[in-house]
Amino acid sequence: MVDVTLYPGCSLEGTAQDYRDSLEIACSRLGVNLIELENWICCGATAAHSLDEFLALEFPARNLVLAEKRGLDVVVPCALCFNRLKTTEKHLLKNTHPELTKKYPFKGTIKIHDLLAYLTTPDMLKGISSLVKKPLEGLKLVSYYGCMVNRPPRITDAQNHENPTQMDRLVETLGATAIDWPFKTDCCGASHVVARPDLVFVLVKKLYDRAIAQEANGIVVSCQMCHANLDMYQDQISEYFGERYHIPVFYFTELINLAFGDERQIGWLSRHVVDPLPTLRECGLI
Amino acid sequence: MMAEYVQRQEVIQDVPREINFSLAEEIFRETGNPVLSCFQCRKCTNGCPLTFAMDYYPDQIIRLIILGQEEEALRSRTIWVCSSCETCTTRCPNGIDIAGVMDYLKQKAHKQAVVSHKDNWSYAFHRVFFENMLKNGRVHEPKILADYLLRSGAWKQKLESGSLWRDVKLGLFLLRNRRMRLFPSRVNINGHTVGTEAH
Repeated sequence: MVDVTLYPGCSLEGTAQDYRDSLEIACSRLGVNLIELENWICCGATAAHSLDEFLALEFPARNLVLAEKRGLDVVVPCALCFNRLKTTEKHLLKNTHPELTKKYPFKGTIKIHDLLAYLTTPDMLKGISSLVKKPLEGLKLVSYYGCMVNRPPRITDAQNHENPTQMDRLVETLGATAIDWPFKTDCCGASHVVARPDLVFVLVKKLYDRAIAQEANGIVVSCQMCHANLDMYQDQISEYFGERYHIPVFYFTELINLAFGDERQIGWLSRHVVDPLPTLRECGLI
Repeated sequence: MMAEYVQRQEVIQDVPREINFSLAEEIFRETGNPVLSCFQCRKCTNGCPLTFAMDYYPDQIIRLIILGQEEEALRSRTIWVCSSCETCTTRCPNGIDIAGVMDYLKQKAHKQAVVSHKDNWSYAFHRVFFENMLKNGRVHEPKILADYLLRSGAWKQKLESGSLWRDVKLGLFLLRNRRMRLFPSRVNINGHTVGTEAH
């Protein structure tokens, strides 16, 4: 077992509890022992960097210092939290705001990983491959990586920010078909869904249409904001445009659990708004 | 297309033509963001997924800044339509953090109170999110949604269109599926004064 610090982020205590449940099982099967950061606070999200530059760095800075005291690398399942922590890491290490660095003396002795990258290193993929019990044959999936773990690369340290491939490789390792498509890192609109759903609906419709045109029967994501916008509002988007979309949206951790033959995961999939079970039945996977 | 162009010209002609070159310099001084390096290649605008809802394209916002048209930039819809997807920032050949410029303008519009909850629902959402975070350390989703609906006045439109019921049903679905907590989780901040010192 490898010990790492988990920074879950606020939505994994709420609407993305299903993501949390699935990643905990997947990690334990893969020998990753997640230890939740004690007394973590919100990363500030879009609201903070839209309203107050200093606080937008101060919130993540506090978490980074707490984590560094613990001494373990941090794994972050939320793309936006990851981005905010990485942004702050760079600011602290470059000492862009001396008063911030003074208050939060982060030395950079720990690394910050986004969960997807952490679980898809070549070694991890080998481990995953050896644990696959039920290959996900019949699932044809487009991988949707979203923005925040990729851009900007000088913050995220992403290797391949315009055309990431790690989730595609994972999908293939799990026995499903990975469909290459052009919208891997296009924006879903994220938190605009609350105040400007009209914007999000336009962006997400474009994703559905392309996924369907390329004959995908599912979309796989690694970000709970992407999941919310693609899954939770699918019926509203259908109605808005007079279409009848039915395309299940999976977290990559859920697919890992399914391929590992974890029975609990099958039941948990019904916690999505778009029920993936009919698609899985069609593929003969359940 | 021509009509749109003429309309835009009129908008620009409405504002006082006092040029304030210092805005671009102020942004550089405060954030290190080299706005003056822009040579108007429009790569930012070409990659932006949200131009369909903007009154000024991202490159035009940069141009307004260089021309010192601060009022116009601060009052634009564009800065609140930007989703911070960072495509522009990533692709700018001159190293301008365009999404960061949008943040700078939003922060300034907030400080100078040129935006309000009722007129700008995106702003209303950011405000309730921010305040909840400052108060509790972590964000409690049901609380910010309720506060947002009340503060922005969006509940009225949602009641009329029937989408308020839809939200309630979605909420119940999430609750049934253990995807919503009725109470916020507690964080011990050890007497730490995050948020309160700076404000």
